[in-house]
Amino acid sequence: MNFKHKYVFLFPGLFVLIGILIFPIIFTIRLSLSGWNSYTPEMNFIGITNYIRLFTDDPRFWESFFRLSFLSVTTVILQYIIGFALALIVWREIKFKRFFRVIFLIPMMTTPVIMTVIWRTFFHESLGPVNDLLGNLGVKPILWLSDPVIAKFTVIIVEVWQWTPFMFLLLLAGLLSLPKEPFLAAAIDGASPFRKFVYVTFPLMAPISIGAIIIRLIEASKIMDTVFVLTSGGPGTATETSSFYIYIKGLREFQMGYAATLSFTYLVIMIISLTIIAKVLTKLMIKE
Amino acid sequence: MEKLYKFLKYTFIILWTVFIVAPFLWAISTSFKDFQSVNSKVTYIPWLDFEPTLEGWRVLIKSPARGGVDIVEPYFNSLFVTCTASLISIVLGTLAAYALSRFTFKAGFVRNNDITFFFISQRIMPPIVLSIPFFIFLSTIGLLDSLIGLVVVYIVLLMPIAVWIMVDFFNRVPKELDETALIDGCNPYQAFYKVVLPNSIPGLIVAGMFCIIFGWIDFFFAFILTFTEVQLLPVKVVALNSSITPWWSLSASALISVAPLIIVAFVVERYLSKGNLSGALK
Repeated sequence: MNFKHKYVFLFPGLFVLIGILIFPIIFTIRLSLSGWNSYTPEMNFIGITNYIRLFTDDPRFWESFFRLSFLSVTTVILQYIIGFALALIVWREIKFKRFFRVIFLIPMMTTPVIMTVIWRTFFHESLGPVNDLLGNLGVKPILWLSDPVIAKFTVIIVEVWQWTPFMFLLLLAGLLSLPKEPFLAAAIDGASPFRKFVYVTFPLMAPISIGAIIIRLIEASKIMDTVFVLTSGGPGTATETSSFYIYIKGLREFQMGYAATLSFTYLVIMIISLTIIAKVLTKLMIKE
Repeated sequence: MEKLYKFLKYTFIILWTVFIVAPFLWAISTSFKDFQSVNSKVTYIPWLDFEPTLEGWRVLIKSPARGGVDIVEPYFNSLFVTCTASLISIVLGTLAAYALSRFTFKAGFVRNNDITFFFISQRIMPPIVLSIPFFIFLSTIGLLDSLIGLVVVYIVLLMPIAVWIMVDFFNRVPKELDETALIDGCNPYQAFYKVVLPNSIPGLIVAGMFCIIFGWIDFFFAFILTFTEVQLLPVKVVALNSSITPWWSLSASALISVAPLIIVAFVVERYLSKGNLSGALK
């Protein structure tokens, strides 16, 4: 085809995206080398002082990063297992199939912050229904939001509720696009449902699974809305994730320079670790 | 064995359905309560446990001056920002996706896949990383606290989704389609517009729905980049979530904010069941 036309198609989108992003990225890098804070709101140059501070004197950032890793990996694993199970069930004929499919999709259509506001009343320790119902069964009130350990699980519950549907949708769409022949062959061989899953369905679904897990990990690493409304990072720093810590440094304490350092470091770590995770998953799940 | 499996299967999906529906039922019930029935003890069923009132819903349409919440304006702001940004993202994203699916690009070590990855990788960016520079950028050009400023930011959020879905979709549209059109005397733009596009409607609908979902549910950018002039729905609802919360109007406004997109769940299911989505989402 003609040489020039292809650029007419590609460039508008590419340049709009680069045009919007180029400033923020260069600005973040430059800002990270400055001491911009509320006392000296100016673009001075202090070299890599901020980076030295981050790597030698800021355990809170690294704690928030490991907490984020724990939260996002746990939620994505749970979402994958539950989402895959749900997709397998409504993939085949089942009563009220379409009803269940719609129900299973609904949470991802709802705004996370707004549903979290509801969840906060839901888990309210004295006026919420969860502790009330458990109380009727004789369980002592659980400190859903104010116990450092339990609060993490509350965040996980809300995240799983919100985003399992996305995993479900990607996996179900994948299942529906699988070729029929391998299943017919397995049925002729008289394979049990369990063997059919292990030897036919799961290997066929491996590439789709990897895609879905990576997409969800990317989105889960941005956990912020839920934490923001549910616990505000608390109690203490028990549910503080990287994004939330950067938010506190940058837009609450106005240490813009340092927040930019955190942002840039975080971004580099994310890109590297997601690339590694994608490679490892591909190796683990696709044999031969 | 067969029976046990069936039993487990139904138990699992029914429990999951209860889990999904629970917060909605609680919100519906709460939206009809008054101060007494929220704060005295936990109540569930109207008329049986408490006397329902419509106060929580009435507050939503009153003006703030008369003690109301007024979520009508934020509603339209959200609608405007989401739709405009989605539309721009879909148009630009579809064009770029078509180019990436049909032509070969080479620039140094950069190939088609790298360009596609560049588009999609923008989703890795956490909102907070972008929002600090955007805050300063938009205040410099005077677009802080404006709808246009938000639309610009949302394009970054949504275009990667459009490209992701449409590249895969175009890869499944047979190449012979555009080649025949070119032989018939169309130029590449006519081939795209008259032949390829009409055959891509399911893909466009899926991409559109995803853009609308991810635009409508965003909170953080709207929270950082707008203050008083422009308020989007999620920000408005979260602002109600103060220390002494009027749970009834909170629940009512939450329900009315999530309602429109629940329709999208039905549309997605329809496409899923007809088998159109499987090609578009992989």
